[in-house]
Amino acid sequence: MVRVLKLELRGITKRFGSLIANDHIDVVVEPGQIHCLLGENGAGKSTLMNVLYGLYEPSEGEILVDGKAVTFRGPGDAMAAGIGMVHQHFMLVPVFTVAENVALGAETTKAGGFLNLDDTRRKIKEISDKYGFDVDPDALIEDLPVGVQQRVEIIKALVRDAKVLILDEPTAVLTPQDTDELLDIMRQLKSNGTSIVFISHKLREVKAVSDTITVIRRGKVVGTADPGASTTELASMMVGRAVNLTLDKAPAKPQETTFQVKDLTVIAPTGQHVVDGISFDIARGEILAVAGVQGNGQTELTEAILGLQERCHGSILLDGEELLGHSVKEVLRAGVGFVPEDRTVDGLIGTFSIAENLVLDLYDQAPYAKGISMSPARILENAKSRIDEFDVRTPSGALAAGTLSGGNQQKVVMARELSRPLRLFIASQPTRGVDVGSIEFLHKRIVAERDQGTPVMIVSTELDEVIELADRIAVLYKGKLVGIVPAGTGRDVLGLMMAGLSPESAHADTAHPGSAHPGSASAGSAHPGSAHTPVQTSTSGAEGGDHE
Amino acid sequence: MSEQDQPKHVADENKTETPATRSPENPAPATPAPETAAPGPKTPGEDAAAATALDTAGGAMQPSAVPVSAQSGIVPGGADTLVRRIFTGSGIVSVLAVLLALILGGLLIASTDKQVGATASYLFARPSDFFSAVWNAATRSYVALFQGSVFNPRGSSVAVQFAPLMETLTIATPLITAGLGVALAFRAGLFNIGAQGQIIMAGILAAWVGFALHLPLGLHLLLVLIAGIVGGALWGGLVGLLKARTGAHEVILTIMFNYIALYFLRYLLNTPAFQRPGESNPISPILDPSAVYPQILGTQYRLHLGFLLAIAATVFVWWLLNRSTVGFEFRAVGANPKAALTAGINVPRATVLVMAIAGALAGMSGVAQVAGTEKVLTDGVAATYGFDAITVALLGRSTPWGTFAAGLLFGAFRAGAVQMQIQTGTPIDIVLVVQSLIVLFIAAPPLVRALFGLNPRKKKAATAGKSKKAAITGGAA
Repeated sequence: MVRVLKLELRGITKRFGSLIANDHIDVVVEPGQIHCLLGENGAGKSTLMNVLYGLYEPSEGEILVDGKAVTFRGPGDAMAAGIGMVHQHFMLVPVFTVAENVALGAETTKAGGFLNLDDTRRKIKEISDKYGFDVDPDALIEDLPVGVQQRVEIIKALVRDAKVLILDEPTAVLTPQDTDELLDIMRQLKSNGTSIVFISHKLREVKAVSDTITVIRRGKVVGTADPGASTTELASMMVGRAVNLTLDKAPAKPQETTFQVKDLTVIAPTGQHVVDGISFDIARGEILAVAGVQGNGQTELTEAILGLQERCHGSILLDGEELLGHSVKEVLRAGVGFVPEDRTVDGLIGTFSIAENLVLDLYDQAPYAKGISMSPARILENAKSRIDEFDVRTPSGALAAGTLSGGNQQKVVMARELSRPLRLFIASQPTRGVDVGSIEFLHKRIVAERDQGTPVMIVSTELDEVIELADRIAVLYKGKLVGIVPAGTGRDVLGLMMAGLSPESAHADTAHPGSAHPGSASAGSAHPGSAHTPVQTSTSGAEGGDHE
Repeated sequence: MSEQDQPKHVADENKTETPATRSPENPAPATPAPETAAPGPKTPGEDAAAATALDTAGGAMQPSAVPVSAQSGIVPGGADTLVRRIFTGSGIVSVLAVLLALILGGLLIASTDKQVGATASYLFARPSDFFSAVWNAATRSYVALFQGSVFNPRGSSVAVQFAPLMETLTIATPLITAGLGVALAFRAGLFNIGAQGQIIMAGILAAWVGFALHLPLGLHLLLVLIAGIVGGALWGGLVGLLKARTGAHEVILTIMFNYIALYFLRYLLNTPAFQRPGESNPISPILDPSAVYPQILGTQYRLHLGFLLAIAATVFVWWLLNRSTVGFEFRAVGANPKAALTAGINVPRATVLVMAIAGALAGMSGVAQVAGTEKVLTDGVAATYGFDAITVALLGRSTPWGTFAAGLLFGAFRAGAVQMQIQTGTPIDIVLVVQSLIVLFIAAPPLVRALFGLNPRKKKAATAGKSKKAAITGGAA
């Protein structure tokens, strides 16, 4: 039943004007493989896949399916050839049911022109049962969580008989749990003969599922790698320079405790206690990382500290002063630096210039304003120095912040918040959607702030990040504090705590099933010598004489 | 305009590639170069513009064309609504929309012309007659429109020749200030439909001070002006307060407040306090001579001090928006209220304040009416200025000087329409049609671009998406 399909891209070049997005790219996707395209944001991965999916015509090069050259005039041709694509941003009609979405574009009708969804429903059930998708064909898309919506997209491709499935940054929108489930699904699909092209810049996921890794940088294939290669090696291939993934972080030298949260409860408009009786404190020169699956009260906790939550009980003390009940402006003026979790929504104003965004919470302070009169010159001056200091890649501070890449936007937010003397620094998801090179930089800045003696609170749903940065780790579950554990606590213990187990029982649980650490990404010193690494550099002509 | 964007990226790309190729580009991954030898932080390899272009493949790729900023995977909030895009789009579209509307208006004029009708009967025999008749009909009307609004060469003296221009400026005065009110509120994300009611409330207060109080010259006018501004500010600010406190939508509120203001005015004009003694019509006493705007260019023109105040108001709004902390707050709240809130901006206060200032600006229109052109208060004090102000702000793209220019244009239409009807028999209503067409075309930028061949969407759709994105991300400036 399984029709395998071998896909080959030969010398694909795609130009936009004189901008070369893809430069002679060769990729071979063997049947039944998970082939990863690894590269930073903007490396040209998505362009390549859009060429493959028939959305763009390549400027040069050809696509071969089972050895025969083909031309795709549109996604329809690609689908007919057995190629399916799941876009990063889903192409689903929110008010339609799952079955209606899957049928869309290939609807069949009964006599009298009535829509016939029975076939589609049956197929969805089949696929859903086969892979354990647990998708109800009659559920409305808008009612489904993101992870399930993504499965609908996968079903859409499978119903159309896709033999090669392109997943474009599929984990960007998923929680760690959903990500793990998706990786499982990918393995299952593979064992059923579907090849997968997996586009990602997240090294751990790539290493976990890939059979072959092709690294793309600035539109060129820089080499292929074996999934056994260390994360450091992969990262340096991707970024083009040595990247230090393990943060050089001196042990914390905690001083006096200046920030205290006592019995904090936040009540949502629905009456739910989204933060429920939390108490913790942070000392100067210490990083407390708040871990937990998204939606367990982290957002409300940080918002309560900042003064954005209306119904709060308890007490939040900074240097003995109560923060609760003060306006956001007063809290910021008290010396709280705040990096919100979603820069595009809370952190930046996309249409404002970078310079304006750099003073978004200082616009009415000297030297940027005198009375109500602002000084654009001072604001631009400030932008120049911040852009230099934080290495924001932009030709000018006068450009709209919305034109920056994710990593650079985050640098702008971070630069703004760290530009004034702080007594508390809170960063929510400090590196979400940020490329590897910028992550390294941002993490260093956070640690530097700690070393200056500021109490730092990091909220992250990325366990890697929590482990990397934390001096102590607090785990939230359903608005309650499960416990605070020291840095160095194992991933498995933290994972169980994130599911609601107390630290003691989590330790007990992990004690006997053996000490397997699946997917532990702490490579670092494990690969000191690079004498016989599994990394091989591409010999394709694209590279030319770039090597010594 | 999207085509012009392309070379810019190209230039960036060239610039960024130069240092990259100079340094050892791809240090073999097996032997990572030491940290110090790595290209310094200045290597703009991942230059923002280039990265953006790559990510969206030069903008062609709409599906994944959610700005690079959305790499968190969450589609940004609904700050960029359709209305917002229409109000703050590019100025070129405004100009083209006016041009298109005039062309279509010309055709409409021609279609009612007798000569055109006559020649149409033998269109195929001598098409040139028909087309020249169409041309003549349209140009005759527009020449009359121009003569009635800017310059009339048949005038006996220079003063008379320029009388139409003075009339245009006079009519433009209330349009400009009310338009500024709508534009300012819009920049703060509020759709102020209430200029009409704000003009009326300002007119009521200003007129009452003008005819009921008898004060010395100078002081009297000043009080009239202040009363009008306060009236408008209160009426607008009340809407802001209700919105900030209760979350009620400003569109509904302002529409209802327009009715309240109008019927309140009608009621007042039937009370002894406002009705002119010995008059049964709803009309107020004439304002004291000390309470009206002086005519700035002599008594032969109606042009009054209000026009200078409108210029001052435009400068003020420009300063407010671009150079003051208050305007910074307004713009921040308008562009991204959540980010504004997180940055410590008091959003409710900004809402109240911007509506009050918008009301005050509309109030200046009310004063210009009662103390400038009419000198009495009737229930037609606001005419349709409050609603035309929305169109003016729309055409001016919600920028202060754009609104000023749009106000002048609409003033010219109104002033010239009368002359056009007298000279050529073209009905005044044609001007309304042209105004409506302008709105229609501004609301449909892709249509205008398509008609003028500015949409390079056909073959290489490489830049189509970009112009749209540019309109979203950069248009508000």
